[in-house]
Amino acid sequence: MKKRWSERLGFLALYLAGILVLFFLGVILFDIFVKGVGALSWEFLTQPPRMGMTEGGIFPAIMGTFLVSIITVIFAVPLGMFAAIYLNEYAQPGKMTRLIRLAIRNLSGVPSIVYGLFGVVLFVQMFKLGTSVLSAGLTLGLLTLPWTITACEEALKTVPQSYREGAFALGATKWHAIRTNVLPYAIPGMMTGVILGLSRAAGETAPILFTGAAFFLPHLPKSLFDQFMALPYHLYILATQHHAIEKVRPIAYGTALVLLGLILLLNLSAIWVRYRYRQKMRG
Amino acid sequence: MYVNEKIQETQTGTVLIKLQKPRLKEVLIEKFFLLNGLLAIVILLGIFSLLFIKGFPAIREIGWKGFFGSSVWNPNSYSTPSYGILSLITSTLMVTVGALVIAVPLGVACAAFISQVASPRIREILKPAVEILAGIPSVVVGFLGIILVNPLIAKVFGISNGLNALNGSILLAIMSLPTIISLSEDALRAVPKAYKEASLALGGNDWQTIIRVLVPSALSGIIASIMLGMGRAIGETMTVLMATGNAPALTFNFLDAIQTMTSTIAIELGEVPYNTTHYYALFVIGFVLFLMTFVVNLVSDIILQKYQQVER
Repeated sequence: MKKRWSERLGFLALYLAGILVLFFLGVILFDIFVKGVGALSWEFLTQPPRMGMTEGGIFPAIMGTFLVSIITVIFAVPLGMFAAIYLNEYAQPGKMTRLIRLAIRNLSGVPSIVYGLFGVVLFVQMFKLGTSVLSAGLTLGLLTLPWTITACEEALKTVPQSYREGAFALGATKWHAIRTNVLPYAIPGMMTGVILGLSRAAGETAPILFTGAAFFLPHLPKSLFDQFMALPYHLYILATQHHAIEKVRPIAYGTALVLLGLILLLNLSAIWVRYRYRQKMRG
Repeated sequence: MYVNEKIQETQTGTVLIKLQKPRLKEVLIEKFFLLNGLLAIVILLGIFSLLFIKGFPAIREIGWKGFFGSSVWNPNSYSTPSYGILSLITSTLMVTVGALVIAVPLGVACAAFISQVASPRIREILKPAVEILAGIPSVVVGFLGIILVNPLIAKVFGISNGLNALNGSILLAIMSLPTIISLSEDALRAVPKAYKEASLALGGNDWQTIIRVLVPSALSGIIASIMLGMGRAIGETMTVLMATGNAPALTFNFLDAIQTMTSTIAIELGEVPYNTTHYYALFVIGFVLFLMTFVVNLVSDIILQKYQQVER
């Protein structure tokens, strides 16, 4: 009798843990959606902020996040892909490979604010790029690099060994085999990882705080060396730094909703790409 | 390494194969990819050395004792600026421990639930939910900390302001839950099925099997997941910046406002002029932060490696 009770209680606790995690997510999504949806309008999405950011829209922030994400991808994806190709196709097991893998795992654990510090010194000061959308994009690129490498390597791993051997048997060189028989099959998987990395980069605030994000700009960046507004930083400003915090709360909720919507959309498209890819591999 | 070598490897001792010299182009391509692989090491060393170089002038001026022997962080004082980072370190550790107290039992229980108890349909809901939770930007979590958790804490404890270490701990727990859940689940799933079957065959019920067989067998993986969650909590910036009140103070009361290492950098780096003592001092904080997360990640890594070897 006693045992049955402990078992029931234990299972109850496990159920509760599962429900609680769902509850956390539910509260976050529900609260942001319900209170943010009222702020949404065509004007909100297409107009710059007005009247000291108490009115108007968040268009420059949306475009800024978009722009900085593109720079992030252009920088991180090729480097991540090449590193993954080395690790999965060329690297021999040994000290050097172990060291590279250790470095990648550690890089993915470096705090985002430390990447921010690194970006300030390296891109803003040493490379003299100034606080700009380019500096911020490069900093975010460094941040996403370890995730990109890992994701691309996972994708390369799913390509069967026989594809490579087939090419070798026909006399192809290593690079030829990779180019024709490995990469085409790994690209969709790589894309999934890249999109997921991108969605995390788009939501990051700490690395862009000092590398290029601007408090307020009525216009879009004119060049890569201009500062920019970004959705996460805009939300931070509206939530803590604004002179009329209570008054701009609806705009803050609206910004949070747009940011969250953007990130969920990216996540969903990653899942979609993965799904299509799996079907293709089966078919 | 090259095609022709590979052939030789597979037939060593049986057929003698003449090795062609690998073509120059192929060698160059491999070298190119190797350089990209080495980039990870270069970046890691680059972060380490740049933080150290930038922090060093401050250490030379203020001394190790000025940083680690004092708990007063007041670089803007006109008379005697002080750079004691002890209170910042304890604040960081405090919210981290607070977060783990909440997230570890919850996360491990949820992992056990997903891997052992939940029906496939519930699992299909919970697993993506955990992934989405992992993707929620920290600034959004911090925003809700201000708007939802802040009044809740103020009301429950009867205090005027709920922006304190407790608030930060709750938010950090939510931020580190996905890491702990998904990695613990992997660890629990990796326990050989025979263990579970043996326990059930000996008359253990499902609960006893989970608590006394599965969790202990997966313990190294679970601990590694906790370490990774901890690393994430230590380095998390926006949530603690927004929710902990930002008052540098040496305190162990979770209802006090605190200021962590990450928020100090985030608040002050935007305000100080480049290349001043205060500026360099922020890099010292960054360096200490980097070392802390590095050690935590390394320990987690070592545990995981060992555990994978045992599994094989």
